[in-house]
Amino acid sequence: MCLGVPARVIHIEGSEATVILGSVKYKASLLLLNDVNLGDYILLHAGFAIEKIDCLEAEETIRLFNEISNLEKE
Amino acid sequence: MKERDQQISIHHGNGGVHMKALITELFMHFFENDFLLDQSDSAILPVIGKNIAFTTDSFVVDPLFFPGGNIGTLAICGTLNDLAVSGARPLYLSAGFIIEEGFKIKNLERIVRSMAKEAKQAGVKIVTGDTKVVNSGKCDKLFINTSGVGVIDAKHISISSGIRVKPGDKILLNGPPGEHGLAIMRARKIFNFKSNLKSDCVSLFPLIRDILKASDRISFLRDATRGGVATVVNEIAQKCKVGVEIDETCIPVNTDVRVMCEILGFDPLYIANEGKVVVVVDPADAITVINTMRKVKTGRNAAIIGEISSNHKGKVVFKTRSGGKRILDELMGDQLPRIC
Amino acid sequence: MNTGNLPFIDEFRNEKVVNRIASQIKEISNKKVNLMEVCGGHTMTIHKNGLSGFLPENITLLSGPGCPVCVSSTRFIDHAIAIGRLPNVILTTYGDLIRVPGSSSSLEKEQRKGVEIRIVYSVLEALEIAKASKKKKVVFLGIGFETTAPASAAAILQAVKQNVLNFYLLSAHKLMPPALETLVKEDNQIDGFIAPGHVSAITGCDIYRRLTDIYGKAVVISGFEPVDILQTILMLVKQIESKQFKVENEYTRVVRPEGNPMAQTLMKRVFTPDNAEWRGLGWVPESGLSISEEFAAFDATRNFTVSVLARELPKGCICGEILTGKKKPSECKLFAVVCTPINPEGACMVSPEGACSIFYKYRE
Repeated sequence: MCLGVPARVIHIEGSEATVILGSVKYKASLLLLNDVNLGDYILLHAGFAIEKIDCLEAEETIRLFNEISNLEKE
Repeated sequence: MKERDQQISIHHGNGGVHMKALITELFMHFFENDFLLDQSDSAILPVIGKNIAFTTDSFVVDPLFFPGGNIGTLAICGTLNDLAVSGARPLYLSAGFIIEEGFKIKNLERIVRSMAKEAKQAGVKIVTGDTKVVNSGKCDKLFINTSGVGVIDAKHISISSGIRVKPGDKILLNGPPGEHGLAIMRARKIFNFKSNLKSDCVSLFPLIRDILKASDRISFLRDATRGGVATVVNEIAQKCKVGVEIDETCIPVNTDVRVMCEILGFDPLYIANEGKVVVVVDPADAITVINTMRKVKTGRNAAIIGEISSNHKGKVVFKTRSGGKRILDELMGDQLPRIC
Repeated sequence: MNTGNLPFIDEFRNEKVVNRIASQIKEISNKKVNLMEVCGGHTMTIHKNGLSGFLPENITLLSGPGCPVCVSSTRFIDHAIAIGRLPNVILTTYGDLIRVPGSSSSLEKEQRKGVEIRIVYSVLEALEIAKASKKKKVVFLGIGFETTAPASAAAILQAVKQNVLNFYLLSAHKLMPPALETLVKEDNQIDGFIAPGHVSAITGCDIYRRLTDIYGKAVVISGFEPVDILQTILMLVKQIESKQFKVENEYTRVVRPEGNPMAQTLMKRVFTPDNAEWRGLGWVPESGLSISEEFAAFDATRNFTVSVLARELPKGCICGEILTGKKKPSECKLFAVVCTPINPEGACMVSPEGACSIFYKYRE
């Protein structure tokens, strides 16, 4: 059960957050997630925000991967 | 077609393998002649002194009006493009209308007006036609058929057969795939996404005329309609008995198309287009042709997306962004939105 | 023209990183290992990106029962069709279910015969359809694991709140852990699991503890991009080579150890665990979710009286063994001969991420 994409929150109204990816917008349900703020990235699955993306964690992971791949000898 | 296909199913019209089987085993079987065997977008007909290209297409779309066009613009551009990708200069069109009783005349006028505008822009005349009205429920609002004739230089006749396609040739695409199919989805309001997706419906003749002038080494042209770019490159591989290699990182991208595909689990290479042409050209002229394409609006994002290979004949190998490779198959059933 | 760059997606499809991790795997991997993924999304990524090609020969990837469409029983489809054929019923469903074969028909075939069926992206769209069509009964076909079950639960609670009494759920929701345990009990071939990232986002990491602590299997929770999966395989191989098994999390940017407590609460409120029929595994105790008594008014099984017969799988169909990783699609007599993506027999071929469908399309 998987198809989920990260999207950024640009507006919150009640239990709905307008999220954007590229220039596509969608009103995702926040019924499964609280403590969501403007600018957060959430994981959009079947119309719901099911989790927040931990951006710091993501950036750290990316940084580590890039470091490792730069160490590779040609 | 298997024995058990007793009824026409919706898959028989999606541009994929089902439809191919229906055409080959039923229509071509009974209408049998050399012109049909070639399976080109237009039939090239020898007439004393000249070669005439002749094509026909029927248009059934729901909804009739969508971002970027309507059934009328599709009907004109679709037939113009079938002539253009055969190397022909379009001259004359016919237009047949089957109209459901009760259809609003103001909508018909809107459609007819757009058809006139497209034809005028393309420099072609709609010289004959037909109108039928059927009882309510006997057709879905409006069906249009357009046929077109054009003239073709002798040196361009081989273009739709692909007989000159050879390993090393480059494969070019004039812009990002997937816009038309998703624009139709947007117009149907099936899902509640807000996007700027618009159909790419356009006449490709100006672009094709320019590249045929710029290079004598174009070996194949085909517009990527139903079934998408994936279907066309598979046709090349099978028809010309060559291998095809496509590089994902080279394919032009419309970000909204990409986003919708990520969300719904679609592959943009299988989505219908109405303004995209696949060009196969000798590597010596690839850059010239790309630069010529980029000078016109319909080709400003043109790119070299792959090449013809002597390996894996009949198959398309797709190299992904991540470096891994897989086979890019023909379209089977229509893509369905996934949750997983 | 946009480069089309998507944040938190493209960085995890980086070719250089993929190659580097693949090298690391080759460096440390000696033992012959079988790794099973149990998520349709993982199957898709592996095959779309040809990831097996990056692995040494001693690592075999098996595709397990993680496609909710594939594991939906024929009975469920027949039940849905029977309800759909009743007057004034609108069936609503996620897209990939409509082609799954039932005993003698499919939702798609029924749609052409006049049964009203609408594909939705979100279960809340089904709720809106119910609100807009008061005279009809709107039944949502609830498939999916712990990732998607909370959404169905939320929809039912909204139906209560908004007094939408013509909305029903036909639940075929299933739980991962019981199925995984059934797999390892039956089969000692599996050395480790590429655990489903989005199920884990909801449930948290602890649900796999029995696999590591009791059955001695390696478990790593994985994201869905090529880099994620290769990194996961690297972590699994490290566990197996060192014989130190624990539940690790590769997908730290999404999966928290405790999961999503709010979603878990909603799920527990609306559903109770029940025995469930998995195509391929048969009946697995406590592996499904039924609607609890409190919300019986929204339970389609209780509110529509229809008769449904069970059917055997088509003769020769080994979907069951393929789903459990025991056999490969090429070992099925029907594969590519009778059973193709155009004319599928079993659900493994119908679903785009079914093992057979993918094997057929992405053969290298």
